[in-house]
Amino acid sequence: MTDTTAEPSTTGRKTITVPGSIRHARIHGLGGYRPERVVTNEEICEFIDSSDEWIQQRSGIVTRRFAREDETVVDMAEAAARQALDRAGISADQIGVVIMATVSHPYQTPAAAPILAHRLQIPNPAAFDISAACAGYCHGISLANDMVRAGTADYVLVVGVEKLSDFTDKYDRGSAFIFGDGAGAAVVGVSDVPGIGPTLWGSLGDKADVITQRESWTDLRPAMVEEHREEAIEWPAFVMQGQTVFRWAVFSMAEVAVEAVEAAGLTPGDLDAFVPHQANVRITDAMIKRLGLPEHVPVARDIAETGNTSAASIPLAMARMLDEGEAPSGGLALQIGFGAGLVYAAQVVVMP
Amino acid sequence: MALSEQEILEGLAEIVNEETGLEPEEVQMDKSFTEDLDIDSLSMMTIVVNAEDKFGVRIPDDEVKNLTHVRDAVTYIANNQG
Repeated sequence: MTDTTAEPSTTGRKTITVPGSIRHARIHGLGGYRPERVVTNEEICEFIDSSDEWIQQRSGIVTRRFAREDETVVDMAEAAARQALDRAGISADQIGVVIMATVSHPYQTPAAAPILAHRLQIPNPAAFDISAACAGYCHGISLANDMVRAGTADYVLVVGVEKLSDFTDKYDRGSAFIFGDGAGAAVVGVSDVPGIGPTLWGSLGDKADVITQRESWTDLRPAMVEEHREEAIEWPAFVMQGQTVFRWAVFSMAEVAVEAVEAAGLTPGDLDAFVPHQANVRITDAMIKRLGLPEHVPVARDIAETGNTSAASIPLAMARMLDEGEAPSGGLALQIGFGAGLVYAAQVVVMP
Repeated sequence: MALSEQEILEGLAEIVNEETGLEPEEVQMDKSFTEDLDIDSLSMMTIVVNAEDKFGVRIPDDEVKNLTHVRDAVTYIANNQG
């Protein structure tokens, strides 16, 4: 195979270079869903000894959204997916694969994706969930890209969705203010020009304890037996070692981000947007510095009003930048997800 | 050649200045990073990694919590520089 580069676009932007293939793939449409309820830092501080000022200074988070008690990840995913399909101009029956990236669908089985596909009346698609935490969406985009390019499917629906409020220990000063709920969706499909660059991804299983569900589901069992109730855990919430995560996210992930840009045959100055996982605004700021990202490249800062929504954060942030005119449709965006595992994935994409 | 503690202090002060805007002369041996210099845990991590680059040392996460004062960091770097 030879490398393929499309004709230069009329806007003068560079195009992504990818290995030769009979097909290209791109994101045809993005959708997002934010639950109605806005949760302020003051409300979070009813349960932890902290302040609005401290939370903003440490994380950049001003408010986040929490889903209703009866609102599920499938409900949120459905809303985001409908918007993505609508914006892509693709009908449900054109979708061949549904991939849901989530770590907060509260059923061990069945997966959420088949339920979502049924709701959307997608006829008989391959449908499955992936567990790659905050990097789940970028993993999904990579899988979808490969499927479309290889001819496995013409259109793939990728949804990143989380209801982290179900797994947050509201008394944990280290994480209670970080997490939020939401969904983002992308329709990936065949394209005349390359729209998704090579994915840089990997994992560090030796750091599995850095961000983790505090206990396993089976630790809940004693609670079911009266005489063992004292051994029971309260609820297996998600916890993390903030400083270790910060260090890894900023300094290792900046290198991965640069490699993803280079792998697409670009330089940071060619980008029209930088959309890192919305983990913490301090991580984003330090990463920008480390990357040497030129000032003209707009950077996603959706975290301020959305919190950290794990798998949903990148599509939500990109959709907002496009909706608010901060980033141009057809422009090149670097997206990078990183989180529990530890796992990460980064790629340059053409924004829909 | 190994750097003197004074040279390490000066280099560290430059890193602190870049991260926090604090004047380099405020970074003195007896100052506490958190209490006196008002440096939070995330800024401290940035300072640590920049110090690793500058001085060619490795400062593990577990070690960072022991570096409460400027003197602790300078001594650690002096003892571990390559």
